[in-house]
Amino acid sequence: MSRKTLLNSKDIEIILHRLACQLIENHNSFTNTVLIGLQPRGSYLAKRLSNLLKEEYNITDLQLGLLDITFYRDDFRRKETPLAAEATEIDFLIEGKKVVIIDDVLYSGRSVRAALTAIQSFGRPKNIELLVLIDRRFSRHLPIQPNYRGRQVDAINEEKVLVTWSETHNKDAVYIEQK
Amino acid sequence: MDQLSVEHLLGIKYLNINDIDLIFKTADHFKEVINRPIKKVPSLRDITIANLFFENSTRTKLSFELAEKRLSADVINFSASQSSVKKGETLIDTVNNILSMKVDIVVMRHGNVGAGVFLSKHVNAKIINAGDGTHEHPTQALLDSYSIREKLGSVKGKKIVIVGDILHSRVALSNIYALQLQGAKVKVCGPTTLIPKYITSLGVEVETNLKKALEWCDVANVLRVQHERMDIKYFPSTREYTQLFGINKEILDNLGKKIVIMHPGPINRGVEITSDVADSNQSIILNQVENGVAIRMAVIYLLAQQIKR
Repeated sequence: MSRKTLLNSKDIEIILHRLACQLIENHNSFTNTVLIGLQPRGSYLAKRLSNLLKEEYNITDLQLGLLDITFYRDDFRRKETPLAAEATEIDFLIEGKKVVIIDDVLYSGRSVRAALTAIQSFGRPKNIELLVLIDRRFSRHLPIQPNYRGRQVDAINEEKVLVTWSETHNKDAVYIEQK
Repeated sequence: MDQLSVEHLLGIKYLNINDIDLIFKTADHFKEVINRPIKKVPSLRDITIANLFFENSTRTKLSFELAEKRLSADVINFSASQSSVKKGETLIDTVNNILSMKVDIVVMRHGNVGAGVFLSKHVNAKIINAGDGTHEHPTQALLDSYSIREKLGSVKGKKIVIVGDILHSRVALSNIYALQLQGAKVKVCGPTTLIPKYITSLGVEVETNLKKALEWCDVANVLRVQHERMDIKYFPSTREYTQLFGINKEILDNLGKKIVIMHPGPINRGVEITSDVADSNQSIILNQVENGVAIRMAVIYLLAQQIKR
């Protein structure tokens, strides 16, 4: 298995700052905006962005939720290994709010489709945007595109994009692996 | 993620501790789901579940039906009083007829011990035992343990006394299996006539003095006297039963500690438990009912996951 580094920790830091600035550009003080990280892996990115916005850009009024989409996935009973759920932590209503869904890699778009359904359980949002760190082009199964992207990648289906975070793997990095 | 080690939920006897942990972990997620503004997930859209109740039930049936609907399964209900069972049809025929309508999971309550096990050997569907005679009632035991875990942090090492009609109680047997599997100590307390002769072979102690039993325990699970299952008189009068085994505020206040009071329902207020105890802040009776839906969602979800397309 060969592995190629796509982004190192410096690249990721620059991208996170850019994404934070783009969010501020569109959402100003975030009074009516909530960030929703998709469990499990999107939540690391969501927490990073949330901390960055609070600490570096003085956004005080920022709500962050974590959403698990397991029960909304369309591959229930279609896989050999059972689907494992993670915790959902959304302790606010999203009725009338602007929602930014955050995930690490956008691939087939099916997770985002599930998230769009799941989020409705917490109210009717004003609108929903999508932020991803890695956008894999040409691999979408559904008509879903991100509003904010860290880096666009042309990876073929035999390749895997792996995002690691210092919280879990001691290092921020994005790799492309040959399966 | 782990899978259940069993293909059906027939009794706690067939489960191991990993199964119980998995069910509880899954139930945690569903408990969060049922407290959302919209309490429904689409996981089981293509699953059909038949609820077959050959014996009366209100809360268990409602709880199962709600759990199934919150998972988006299609549900058909059947109760023996309106069915061909009365016309002489056998259990297997009844169930196979229902299965020809493409049912994936059968939830069954039956008056005969082992009805679920019997069915699981003869029909091609997942079976969930919702109570078989005086034998087992696994989902009740799971939700009882889950409620203890929620209230006291864990079940391991806790002392639980089951008070009342142990002889006729499937809740008692399933609870004993479930609690011991999780490392709790269990005593039973009731009139000697209502305690099965060989119950100590399960490793539980018998205490016929209610006060001593309550002083020993952290949790008292109070059972109803099942008059409908009694063919002979087991105690002289209900009044005498209440005097010796009824739990009232005075007994609880004199214990010097706060124990948790549970009851699987339906309650006979003033018989095995007084109203002020049932409605006190020591009682988790209504939490048990809420947790029942989450536990049943977890069990159904985990079994449905094993069904091949």
